[in-house]
Order: sequence, then C-alpha cells, then structure tokens
Amino acid sequence: MPKKNFINAEHGLLSWLLTGDHKRIAILYLISITVFFFIGGAFAGLIRLELLTPQGDLVSSDTYNKLFTMHGVIMVFLFLVPSVPATIGNFLIPMMIGARDLAFPKINLLSWYLYIAAGTIMLTAMALGGVDTGWTFTTPLSTHYLNTHVLTTAVAVFIAGFSSIFTGLNFIVTIHRMRCPGMTWFRMPLFVWAHYAASILMVLGTPVLAITLVLVGMERVFGIGVFDPTKGGDPLLFQHLFWFYSHPAVYIMILPGMAVISEVVSTFSRKRVFGYTAVAFSSVAIALFGFFVWEHHMFIMGVSNYSALVFSLLTMLVAVPSAIKIFNWCFTLQQGSITFETPMLYAFGFMGLFTIGGLTGVFLGSLGMDIQLTETYFIVAHFHFVMVGGMLMAFLAGVHFWWPKMTGRMYPESLSKLAAVVTFIGFNLTFMPQFILGYLGMPRRYHAYPQEFQVLNVLSTAGATVLGVGYLLPVLYLAWSLKYGAIAGDNPWQATGLEWQTQSPPLTENFPEIPIMDHEAYDYEWLEHKTQHEVTHVG
Amino acid sequence: MGISPVLWQFLVKWLNASALFPSEASTIAPYMDALYFFLLSITGIGVLLVAVLLVVFSVRYRKAVHPVATQIEGSTLLEATWTIIPLGLFLICFVWGALLYFRIYNPPVNSMNIYIVGKQWMWKAEHPGGQHEINALHVPTGQPIQLTMISQDVFHSFSIPAFRIKREVIPGRYSTVWFQATTPGEYHIFCTQYCGTNHSAMIGTITVLSPADYKKWTEESTSGMSLAQNGERLFASMGCNACHSGNAAARGPSLAGVYGSKLLLNNGSQVLVNDAYLRDAILNPSQHVTSGYTPIMPTYQGQISEDGLIDLVEYLKNLSSNDRVQQTLTTSQSDQAAPSASGVVKP
Repeated sequence: MPKKNFINAEHGLLSWLLTGDHKRIAILYLISITVFFFIGGAFAGLIRLELLTPQGDLVSSDTYNKLFTMHGVIMVFLFLVPSVPATIGNFLIPMMIGARDLAFPKINLLSWYLYIAAGTIMLTAMALGGVDTGWTFTTPLSTHYLNTHVLTTAVAVFIAGFSSIFTGLNFIVTIHRMRCPGMTWFRMPLFVWAHYAASILMVLGTPVLAITLVLVGMERVFGIGVFDPTKGGDPLLFQHLFWFYSHPAVYIMILPGMAVISEVVSTFSRKRVFGYTAVAFSSVAIALFGFFVWEHHMFIMGVSNYSALVFSLLTMLVAVPSAIKIFNWCFTLQQGSITFETPMLYAFGFMGLFTIGGLTGVFLGSLGMDIQLTETYFIVAHFHFVMVGGMLMAFLAGVHFWWPKMTGRMYPESLSKLAAVVTFIGFNLTFMPQFILGYLGMPRRYHAYPQEFQVLNVLSTAGATVLGVGYLLPVLYLAWSLKYGAIAGDNPWQATGLEWQTQSPPLTENFPEIPIMDHEAYDYEWLEHKTQHEVTHVG
Repeated sequence: MGISPVLWQFLVKWLNASALFPSEASTIAPYMDALYFFLLSITGIGVLLVAVLLVVFSVRYRKAVHPVATQIEGSTLLEATWTIIPLGLFLICFVWGALLYFRIYNPPVNSMNIYIVGKQWMWKAEHPGGQHEINALHVPTGQPIQLTMISQDVFHSFSIPAFRIKREVIPGRYSTVWFQATTPGEYHIFCTQYCGTNHSAMIGTITVLSPADYKKWTEESTSGMSLAQNGERLFASMGCNACHSGNAAARGPSLAGVYGSKLLLNNGSQVLVNDAYLRDAILNPSQHVTSGYTPIMPTYQGQISEDGLIDLVEYLKNLSSNDRVQQTLTTSQSDQAAPSASGVVKP
C-alpha cells in the first residue's frame, strides 16, 4: 500500500465531515446510500412477505401503503438518483479527466449534507408514522385526502433534489473547465460522456420537481387550487409536471449505469469500445429525447388521442439509442481477449436484463398495449428490470471494478462471482413472474389480491429472498476485504483510464503531477508501451 | 391477426388453462393479444440475439483462445444496421399500437351508455333504465357498451383485464371507454390507480349475460325510476325550470334539443353540447353563457353530487320539448311541494 494516500492523509471524524476531497465525499456518499438501500430493501422485503398470501394479513392496508411509498421514495430519491454519480462518478470524474478535484469542492460537500438532511427528514417522517402517497405524490390524493406526513416527505424530496442539482452542476463545470492538457472531448472516457448527459438532465429537470412539490405543499396548506378541479384547477397538470421531471429522472438513474458498463466491457475485453462516437452521442440523444416523452405515463388518463400519438412516436425514438449502446457493447467483445472477473459478470447481467427492461418499455410505449399493461405489475416488472436489473447491476459492477482503486485492496474473487450469480438468479425469479401477473391484470399497489394470482406471487417472493442474499454478500465480503483483501497495486485490471495510472488509493491531489493526455481513450497499445517502458526503466 | 382462427382459438384456450394468460371475453381482446404476441416475439428475438452475441463472443474470444485483442475502431455500416432495424421494428409497434388505441378509445355510435361513478372505495354503476349497482356491473353480450365515468374524489382507474380495457376515472371530468363482451361469465373489475387506504378493495365483478338473460335482469333490478326521470325531478326541485322554461321571456335559454347541437356563446366561441359541456355549464355557468343571455345563473358547485349531475345530463339528453317543463313549473308554483330527489347533497 502507498504510504501516503487520501485515506490516511488526515485523521479524525472532522477531517471527513469537513473534507473538500471529492474522493472522501464519494466514500461518505457510498456509506450513506448503502444504508438507505438496505432501509428501502427492508421495506421491499416486507412488501413481498405480505404478498405471499392473497389476503392482506401481515400488515394493515394503511401500513402496506406506507411500505410501498417509503420503499419507492427512498429507492428513487436516496438510492437510485445519487447511486453511481455521487459515489463512483464523484470519485472518478476528476481523475478520469486528469483534474485534482471537482470545480466546486465545497458545493460538492454541501450536496452531501443536503442529501443527509433529506435522508434525516425522511426517516423522521417515517418514525412519526410515515407517508402513503405512493412515490408519485398523485393529487388530489396527496393534497386533500391523506392525513400522513406528506409535507415532511415532500420537503425531504425537495432538498434531495437540490443535492442532485449541485452534483450535476459540479460535473458539468468540471468537465467543461478542468480537463487536463490533451484531454479533448473525444478522448474522454465514455463514463464521463454519460455522466455529462445525466448532469444536464439533473440540472434542467430537477427544478421542475421542486416547483411541483412546492405547488403540492401550497395546495395542501393554503388550498390554492392549482390542481383542484372544484376550484377550476386541473388534476392532470400535476402529472404533467411530475413526469416532466420523473421521466428524465429514469435517465438520470440509468445513464451513469451505462457509463460503468462501457468501462467494464472495454477493460475485460482489452479492446477499445466499439463505435466510441456512437456510444457517446447516444447518451446525449437519450438526454435530449428523454425530455419529450413524459406523457407516455398518461396515455390512459384522458389526454388527447393525437398528443398521445406524438408521445408514443417519441417514446419509440428514445428506445433506439439504448439499442445502439447494447449492440456496441456486444461488438466490443468481438476480436477481444476476454476475461470474466466479477465486474464483467455484472456487466453481462446488465446487458441481458436491460435489454428485457428496454424492450418491455416498447410494449408500454405502444399505445394500445399500454392500455392493458399500465398500472399493473407489468409496469412494476418493467422498471425494476431497468432500475434494479440494469442500474443496480451496473452499480455493483462499478463498485467491484473500482474497489481496488478506492481502497487499495482486492475483493475476494470467487465469493463475489457467486454473489453476482445469486443476484442474477434471484432477480429473474423475483421479477419475471410479475410480467405475467401484469398481463393477467393484477394491479400494482394492491395489499390483497384475488386467489388466482398467488402462485406467481409466491415465486416472486421466493426470488426476493434469493435476491436479498445476493445483496448482503457483497456488504460482508467488501467490509472483510478492507482489512484482509490482497493489495491491489495501481492497475490490477490493466485498464487504460487515467485513474488507473496513479496509485491506489490515490493521493489527495490525485496525481503527483497533472497528466498529459497524448492518446485516445481505451488505447491498449499505448498502455502496453507504457508498461513495457516502465519495466525497462525500473529494470 | 395473420394466424388461422382455429389455431388462435386453440392457442388461447391452452394458454387460459395454464393460468398464465387472461381469458378473452371482449371483441377487443384478440386484437390486444395479437399485438402482445408480436411484441413478445420481438422481445424474444432481441434478447436471444444479445444472448447469442454475448455467449459466442465470450467463447470465441476468451483470453485462453484469443490472447491478444485486435483493436477495431467501429463500423458505420453496423451502426446504421442497428439503428435502422430497431427503429423500423419500433415504428411498426408504434403504428400497430396506435391503431389499437384508437379502436379502444373511440366508441361506435350505436353503443349503449352506462355511467360509472368512482369514489373511495367503490364503483357505482348507473344504467339509463334506473338500475343501480355497487361494485358490480351487468352487461349483455353482442352489444357495444360505452362507459361514461367520473370520480367523486381522487383519481381511480377502471380496468377489466378480461376485456383488455382500462381508463382513468378523473375527478371533475368525464372519461369514456367502450367494449363489446363476447363470452357470458363473471370477470374482475379492478381499480388500478392507487387511491388510498382500501385501494385493493375497490374491486368488483362484471357479469356478462346473454341478451335474453340481460333483459330479464334489467326488468328485475330496476329501481322504477330511470336516470332521466330522476333528472326531471332534480330539474324542478333545484329550480332550474324557473329560468330554463322555454318561454320567450325566460331568463335562461331553452334546453330542449340542445344536446348534440352547436351552441354560440356570448364570448363568441362555438361549442358542441355533450355530457362534459352540460356538466361543466351547471357547475361553472359564468364561463358558459349562451349568446344573448346575461350571466345570472349561480354556480351549483358543491350543491349537487356526481350522481345528480348524471341524472340531469341524462334528462337533458332526452329533452325534446318544453311542454312538461312548463307543466311542472305551473304545478310547483301552485304551491305543490316539489318531489324530493336523491341527487341533492344533504348538508
């Protein structure tokens, strides 16, 4: 292990809580989102347990409604949105572009504090009795009909939103202004491109969520009537505003996942990413089109048939860049020299599950089909395939891939491969049956359900149990590896990114001297030259 | 459908028996299922393709057999291929889906209308003949049925999976959906939009009857008063007839035959008088003043329930002359108590 690095640079709790180092903030984020992931996961576990039997017998209806609301709110706003960008992205973006830190280190720390404030408020709301609006806060239910902690939760989400805006802003400025000499836009790793696209969505989309939540609050407290039909308001307006953020939000969540996959697939194929420009621009295309598809959440809600046509067409278009990415990753393997370490297994899992998640999205974008499928378990299965099958797999791929860089130690390889396989099996068993349930018509957010849906629900709950084991394993062995893992060395994967060309864990200032980028991204021949050169030099 | 009807029937029966596939009980269902299978096959082929690429490349180019990678920039031809082919397939899904959507959301002109009112946590069905049902709906086979739906409180959503139909039930706005049932039996009605505590208890049963059985049912379960008759009582008891009497000197416009006509408003715009317009004109009259009249009508917001509004709309739909309006007016002026009506909100 290097004598001096960012972890032992300073000591004491305060040195962490007042740090400006993007790497330390990333670690703070990693710990906090893991905590919230398991809180959200525990709620999911209780939901699945309740659904084991058709009767609502484990918890009351109100409790069940709170469980799925809090599961959704925590997972979306406190796990999925910050998961990759605030942890892995925060740690790596400055290193990947050869910078010493993000452009605004203090704002970076502020965004973590906002995140913690949001989390604390949300946990307080839960401790006081919880909230049961569903994560979508649909009016007029949320404004006039519920007597739970709606406002408190809305405040928490509002604050979490600002945490995300600050992260996005920081990334955009950093990527524009702080690239090292020679780091042109088209020499940046695709990881940075995808984060750039996601950051634009964060900065432009999240304020709309904030506005919407303020309106919900005003309506709830002062009864201003923007969404209340008895006062001349439009109840559908809320959904337009909410989905104007929340559809781009799913791209805020998935783009950073795609960012990880590009790096992992290239590294373990020892080959540059096939069609670099196509993959880079597909991220931008997703960000762009992502803003113009929100009405596809509302096809059955009495919107004009013709506007539905337009939004359905745009939805079909946004599916194309995702297809482009998947095929480019597949062809990155071709003519490569492939090894199958844990991050690669997770990346394979991502590609399979995201393909299913994406194509089932085409079902929902297809107007007529949406009528049967929307608001059923098909929706639940679809977004869990994208968010859990896709995003969480990518997150785990990333955590394993950069673990040696972050901690200087290797994770145990065979145990982690086992965890990857267990996660994959558990995931499919949990969510595949839900597609079938959806076409059968089982509505989502049902506390009790008709008898005939039980078999598929039992399968799903069984799968969730396996999935739970798959998620607990990494926590245990990664914690173990902090002390007992093998020393990783600078570049255990022989990867080309600048972050791998410095020590692990890195210095506080990342590089002894600012690197000069004199080659393309994913240039394995350059890496080979450099390694040989170093060997001769030392020898 | 592109598949022989015999084979289709066989397939559907077999799938039904497996409890993995909902029964087909409306004329729309086979159209929906055809698109479903098309989308399933695209998904299947797509996933299979990705899986085959991953497996074949992994085996052929694993480090043991291919120790040195060949660096490849990319290929414009391949990029074009996997842009254009998926785009083409997605566009087929778009067109097919759009055709189905228009089929489901555009009712045929000869359909029979039933009103549905959703409230936390029950479905009320109001048949024009005066049959009222809660969490139940009886319909005949072979007759297109349009549901005109509205919510009294929050968003609900009316779904009959066996018919492959679903539509949001919105507070303060009518929405419609239609179906034609094909197979007698009992099927689920679900509320699919989360609506609070007992969301999962907001379910009902739709009973599909043969036309003969349906006729029997309507006769047995009528309340004796059609919706229009209820509406007529309300029209008198709420004093609507005082102004909308059809007299030349009346302060409000005549409403006979107004339904379905084009009305000129005093702000210069022209509107088609339909259910939604009538409901809105009762609740927000100042925004819908007929040309040549003054905005003197008070709002009825909060004074009449959705059921009452449905009765009034149904009454006005069928109002062809003002004779009875004037007759009622004379009797009620001669100090006869107006008949009480169930639609008025009691304080």
